[in-house]
Amino acid sequence: MTVAPTDLAAFAAPSVVKRGVRDTIRRHPTIILGATLLGLMALMAIFAPYLGTVDPQALSPIRRLRWPSAQYWFGTDMLGRDIYSRTIYGGRVSLTVGISVALLSISLGLLIGLVTGFSRWADAIMMRIMDGLMSIPAVLIAIALMALTRASMENVIFAITVAEVPRVTRLVRGVVLTLRELPFVEAAHASGTGFFRILWRHILPNTLPPLLVQGTFVAASAMIVEAILSFLGAGTPPNVPSWGNIMAEGRSLFQVAYYIVLIPGTFLSTTVLAINLLGDGLRDALDPRLARRM
Amino acid sequence: MFAYIIRRILATIPVMVVVALFVFALLHLSPGDPAAIIAGDTATADDIARIRQKLGLDQPIYIQFATWVWALLHGDLGISIFANLPVSKLIAQRIEPTVTLTISTLVVAVLAAIPMGVVAAWKAGSWIDRVVMVFAVLGFSVPVFVLAYLLIYVFAISTDLLPVQGYVTISGGLWPFLSHLVMPTLALGMVFAALIARMTRASMLDVLAQDYIRTAQAKGLANDKVLIGHALKNAAVPIVTIIGIGVASLISGVVVTETVFAIPGLGRLTVDAILRRDYPIIQGIILVFSAAYVLVNLLVDLSYTFLDPRIRY
Repeated sequence: MTVAPTDLAAFAAPSVVKRGVRDTIRRHPTIILGATLLGLMALMAIFAPYLGTVDPQALSPIRRLRWPSAQYWFGTDMLGRDIYSRTIYGGRVSLTVGISVALLSISLGLLIGLVTGFSRWADAIMMRIMDGLMSIPAVLIAIALMALTRASMENVIFAITVAEVPRVTRLVRGVVLTLRELPFVEAAHASGTGFFRILWRHILPNTLPPLLVQGTFVAASAMIVEAILSFLGAGTPPNVPSWGNIMAEGRSLFQVAYYIVLIPGTFLSTTVLAINLLGDGLRDALDPRLARRM
Repeated sequence: MFAYIIRRILATIPVMVVVALFVFALLHLSPGDPAAIIAGDTATADDIARIRQKLGLDQPIYIQFATWVWALLHGDLGISIFANLPVSKLIAQRIEPTVTLTISTLVVAVLAAIPMGVVAAWKAGSWIDRVVMVFAVLGFSVPVFVLAYLLIYVFAISTDLLPVQGYVTISGGLWPFLSHLVMPTLALGMVFAALIARMTRASMLDVLAQDYIRTAQAKGLANDKVLIGHALKNAAVPIVTIIGIGVASLISGVVVTETVFAIPGLGRLTVDAILRRDYPIIQGIILVFSAAYVLVNLLVDLSYTFLDPRIRY
């Protein structure tokens, strides 16, 4: 049995590893900025009940459309619900959808991409299907799927995943097709390494860095699509306080109470910005060739 | 080259077949009885039976598909459940504002983004470059409807410079037409411009590192001639490619933009159809938008042969 690389790393002076991490961070400050912002949003969503919030669904008809004040930090909506509480809880929906869609579409895309990268006939069929799906704009695929199912968060996640899978599949397939021809894979093959072992030890690890980067962009895009679906009335059910839903409810009142729309909009933009910064930073750090190009 | 053009045109056929299959299959892959889902929660058994018969859902599935494709090839997209009018007619009625908005966005975004990308690459590392890159990452992050409401707040509520919403055709006067188009165009164009600016910068950086650029500069050619005539021309293929791909984001965005600005286009038709579960309309709109997207990317592919005569297929 060979020595695993992790065992070797344990022998290396820890300061070298630490300096490596510190250098990476200094060269790619956007990773830190993005991760910090995203971490704050995640903490906010997790600890929503302890952040001075009230029940986000609690109606209070006497206190309708109150402007932001010391008592109602972000004001109240037309039903007297507290926008601050709704916005904080709304972070849960956005982050859950973003992370779920990223994990699901990466796993599915990885599976399909690995199979099609090694099988000529599966490749021919799957890529025609993926080309077709990719020529339907993502929001429209999600709208079409949502129009047929009942509004629920699971269905939103499913609909956006279907829209995102083709791009991930294409990415994995591209990486597999390139790797397949490289000398080290050929060498492994020639020395009698089994197919699944090659897949597991040589192909899969090399698909992970680009997938990590792609995963962040999928998460960002999924959050935007979720908000768009909810905003258009085809997303999470109206009783769930998601940022898209809050904005949809504030739409008709925008001219008198624009804070209802702009506050959740700011939170959504900030979260997506955080993920994009993290993704850009990771891409620069993991793929110097691409970094120079973009 | 002629053979390439023919081959490229033929290659769009399988793509459109998959799109058509997807659109058709949607109705049948969904859990439960499609007729009952379309009819909604308050429907009676009679309503459901009526819808089932109207959509031909009582026929065997292969006959349904054959009938549907045959009608599609004749430009018949089915009948709207709610409005009881042909879908193709409803789409034709609503297509003008959407096409106007999309084209104005396309033109404005390309005209703004390419110079930004060129200057950012030329002055790489300078403050101009940083401003462009910050603009690009913001453009990707601020969703179209958030930006739309910010614009309304700034230009229509705080300052009263532009009308809040609505749409006026060009026959209603040039200023009313343009003033209603400014904010939707800016909101819709942001992501698209960010995408193009970033790709222009990246592609220009590659080209500016080439020897022939140094040669051109060394022989005393003016900067603008080097940048436009030598660099941009050679950087054009990836830029045109990303413009074609980015049209998908325009199509997704137009649905939302029209909702925010109350523009009576295909986006509004889509949203109304979602609320009424008018499935034939949703199917028709997906087909039309996807066909437009495929067509744009066909034109992009064909343009390569003119942009870069070295490309031989």
